[in-house]
Amino acid sequence: MADLLQHLVNGLATGTIYALVALGYTMVYGVLKLINFAHGDVMMVGAYLGYATAQKLGRPAQSSLVGVLLIFLCAMAGCALLGLAIERFAYRPLREKPRLTSLITAIGISFTLEYGFQLDFGPLPGASPRAFPEIIRATEWFVFGDRDVVIWNWQVISLLIALALMLTLQFLVFKTRFGRAMRAVSFDHRIAALMGIPTDRVIAGTFMLGSALAAGAGILYAIKDTAIQPLMGLYVGLKAFVAAVIGGIGHVPGAVVGALLLGLVEEFVVGYTASSWRDAVAFGFLIIILLVRPSGLFGRVAAEKV
Amino acid sequence: MWRNSLMLLGLVALLASACERKAEEPARSAQSATSGATASTGPGASTPTAAQPHAATPAETGGAAPGSSDVILLGEVGSLTGAEASFGISTRNGVELALNQTNDSGGVKGKKVAVRVYDDQSKPEEAANAATRLINQDRVKVILGEVASTNSLAMAPIAQAAGVPMISPSSTNPKVTLVGNYIFRVCFIDPFQGYVMARFAHDHLKISRAAVLKDQKSDYSLGLTEFFTRKFTEMGGKIVSTEAYAKGDSDFRAQLTAIKSQKPEAIYVPGYYNDVGIIARQARELGIPTKVPLLGGDGWQSAKLFELGGRAIDGSYFSDHYSPDNPSPTVQKFIAEYKAAYGTVPDSLAGLGYDAARVAVAAMKKAPDLSGPAIRDAIAQTKDFPGVTGTISLDETRNAVKPAVVLEVVEGKLKYITTTPP
Repeated sequence: MADLLQHLVNGLATGTIYALVALGYTMVYGVLKLINFAHGDVMMVGAYLGYATAQKLGRPAQSSLVGVLLIFLCAMAGCALLGLAIERFAYRPLREKPRLTSLITAIGISFTLEYGFQLDFGPLPGASPRAFPEIIRATEWFVFGDRDVVIWNWQVISLLIALALMLTLQFLVFKTRFGRAMRAVSFDHRIAALMGIPTDRVIAGTFMLGSALAAGAGILYAIKDTAIQPLMGLYVGLKAFVAAVIGGIGHVPGAVVGALLLGLVEEFVVGYTASSWRDAVAFGFLIIILLVRPSGLFGRVAAEKV
Repeated sequence: MWRNSLMLLGLVALLASACERKAEEPARSAQSATSGATASTGPGASTPTAAQPHAATPAETGGAAPGSSDVILLGEVGSLTGAEASFGISTRNGVELALNQTNDSGGVKGKKVAVRVYDDQSKPEEAANAATRLINQDRVKVILGEVASTNSLAMAPIAQAAGVPMISPSSTNPKVTLVGNYIFRVCFIDPFQGYVMARFAHDHLKISRAAVLKDQKSDYSLGLTEFFTRKFTEMGGKIVSTEAYAKGDSDFRAQLTAIKSQKPEAIYVPGYYNDVGIIARQARELGIPTKVPLLGGDGWQSAKLFELGGRAIDGSYFSDHYSPDNPSPTVQKFIAEYKAAYGTVPDSLAGLGYDAARVAVAAMKKAPDLSGPAIRDAIAQTKDFPGVTGTISLDETRNAVKPAVVLEVVEGKLKYITTTPP
């Protein structure tokens, strides 16, 4: 029983990270119908920016409230700029080309970031994993029994941050001018442009927003797994994509629910069967969802425009 | 319109650079033919000074291009980038140090020796490519490498088929040298290493319930798990839980939660340092008490282990090839020379790289000529070779028979505990 509860806690913590990354996927897909495969790697860059900021701040400052906010802020701002650059130079020139072209470019950007960050000169970090500083001083918030179930402060904080970001995003998409513009572009970007919506700016804004979210996810991920390395975004990116599809890609709360679900499923599979089954079950789950509800758990079934 | 012209410009630049590279080739080999053992080999190659901390890949040190007649070229394949980068870098430093010393004392058969190093990104398929390239393009006399058994197993069939002797400094999985009679190693093998830790857990720590957490993608980890489990059970111990992860994972909480519920007295983690450090932290975080030590093998050996594991790894033990605390003059001389060149205390992988290169050099000196079979025969006869990681004698399956040490992690440092004879 105790380990069931501990698995539940672990699974939610993993799902939280997937959720933040999945939000970025889902937004970009919603607007551009483009699967940004470099998204997981943007998350990795965010973790490295957070690491660099924490190193600059030094030991006592990095775990103060201001320090932590500064770390998040720097990483998110840096990644927003990276997202802007990726959109401007890799995707915008190809926007009117067949969709496959952008997909291949996305994979190219992904590899560039993964292997670029393995270089070891100047500001680049090199291939070896780095221990991430403990910026949120780990404290046990809830302990049950004889340390049978332990819930840490950062697990709760991460989950709250993910839910807060989800609600903010939901508000942004449905209640603001920018959100309305996003939805219009998503509906049809040519018509939206004719109606006077600055589509380029809206799309760039969406990328910046998604990349900033990924940076936040990167730091939370680094706090959770205590180390960062250049390939850390690879699997998280794939899993978050699966989560976004399970929830119904393009649907904000769907991405979060799908991610938490996926985190829990993976945790229970590893905990109670064998870890070799984890990825098979995760992707099997995806296939079943796609067979039964092709538009995901929350996705609307849209009639194909002719 | 401007986009088209930009693309055209890019294309022209690409073509130009391709032509330039071609033109560079003859100049390069001409230059290296006259260059000594410590000179650069032209643009693109890194400056091969011994103190150089990082090398571009492909890096070449010792200074020679293939085909130049006054230099004997060795090849090395190592993980200079990727998950196990510190393995490859330490090994390369050890090899370089050995070859520089050889050149300082007159070289081999009146010629200088040099090594060409290729990075395999810690991936078996890249290791296989690198081995092919060393054999077919660079025509090296001996291949040194790899550290990880999985990567050595990818290279060995290629070296064997080409008849080029290969010496793995530190792959401990028994299957590596069974590939064929051209494949050697200068370290002990995993049945022994598994036995050492089982013996230590049972006799020294007085433990009867152990759990195992293995990397199911690594031949090294699977082999050690098998041998540890067998020996520990034979001694009367019980393996209460065996869990697995896969290279690339960074969340081990599910496995550790399952292990915790079985209440083991120690956890055997025969993985590589980059995973072990994180596993240690997560184990302690989940409430596995510090009196339950983690046990492991030589894959733990890296300064990165302490950075990644922090205080969580304190009080854990692993088996290894050598201890820098060993007062033997051979070992202390090596440590002093290595420190002078690279500024750090050599880990066991640097020591094994150094030994592997010296075994290769000794064999080339002894061999009547530098053909593959002649060098192979000379390596096979290696007996009582005074290595820094112990006396090396190769047995009929081309493995070194050597003692193992057990080290404890104490406050980010390694403490020598005991030596187990072969």
